[in-house]
Amino acid sequence: MKNFKFLLLGIIFGIILIKAEVISWFRIQEMFCFQSFHMYGIICSAIIVGLISIQLIKKFNIKTISGDEIKIAPKEFTKGNVIGGFMFGLGWAMTGACPGPLYALIGSGVLVVAVILLSAVFGTYVYGILRDKLPH
Amino acid sequence: MNILTQPWPWYISGPLIGLMVPTLLIIGNKAFGVSSTLRHICAACIPNKVKFFDYDWKNESWNLIFVFGVAIGGLIAGFFLANPNPIQLSDAAIANMNKLGIKNYSGMVPSDVFNFTSLLTLRGFILMVVGGFFVGFGTRYAGGCTSGHAIMGLSNLQLPSLIATCCFFGGGLLMTWVILPYIMNL
Repeated sequence: MKNFKFLLLGIIFGIILIKAEVISWFRIQEMFCFQSFHMYGIICSAIIVGLISIQLIKKFNIKTISGDEIKIAPKEFTKGNVIGGFMFGLGWAMTGACPGPLYALIGSGVLVVAVILLSAVFGTYVYGILRDKLPH
Repeated sequence: MNILTQPWPWYISGPLIGLMVPTLLIIGNKAFGVSSTLRHICAACIPNKVKFFDYDWKNESWNLIFVFGVAIGGLIAGFFLANPNPIQLSDAAIANMNKLGIKNYSGMVPSDVFNFTSLLTLRGFILMVVGGFFVGFGTRYAGGCTSGHAIMGLSNLQLPSLIATCCFFGGGLLMTWVILPYIMNL
């Protein structure tokens, strides 16, 4: 049951994604056409809150609930950030969904999104096979 | 109940999404991210000798449980807290999408394009199957998605995440402005 807290937090995140409408294909289109502030407001305010939280955790040396030191692995730059990032951007504008919203959409009853998710799993699998041959 | 069924404005939902970052760190020392689950699904479901999937996915089961929760949250919000009205899009966006041939604005995805029968059309296949492939291949190659790079990575001032986020937008803009009109006309 130690994982129950993650289930609960996931449920909360799923509800937020739906109520924020960030899982909407229409909203993603609107964002990429710069026709509404909605998505930009969400992404920017989420980053600001995340940024302040991490700074507070570091400044006050806040521990986890089990008393451990909080560690965040740094992200290392690879060419994949550029090439893969660009590919994901294409897919984001096509499907109108990033990975989080895929799960929320399926739950909300848009079952055809399961096809997109399966295809995404397949894409990850193909990346795993080709990984050594790709520039990093 | 009115507050729950209405869509939440950006200044409520954005900060709530941002709070996922410290909450995951404090309850379990976990970095916020979703796209890794696609890799764990591969590691768990497809028995293979591919090095990239040869690790004990059970150590990362929290992440799979988290996204299972996301689906349950989607179910709760989609069935019990659903907004009865269509999404309030800007007039400019609707005019633009009318030009793409979209007619039905109810629900979360344009149901004229995103349905099981249209999987058999070139347009539907490209948008859903090829699009999904790009999402899965691209996020793993980039080392993260909107959650892991744009929100978690930028919150932690990671330069690779800034580069990745810019490229997410670059790809999205190219698709939306240049390629998508052609796909929609197929």
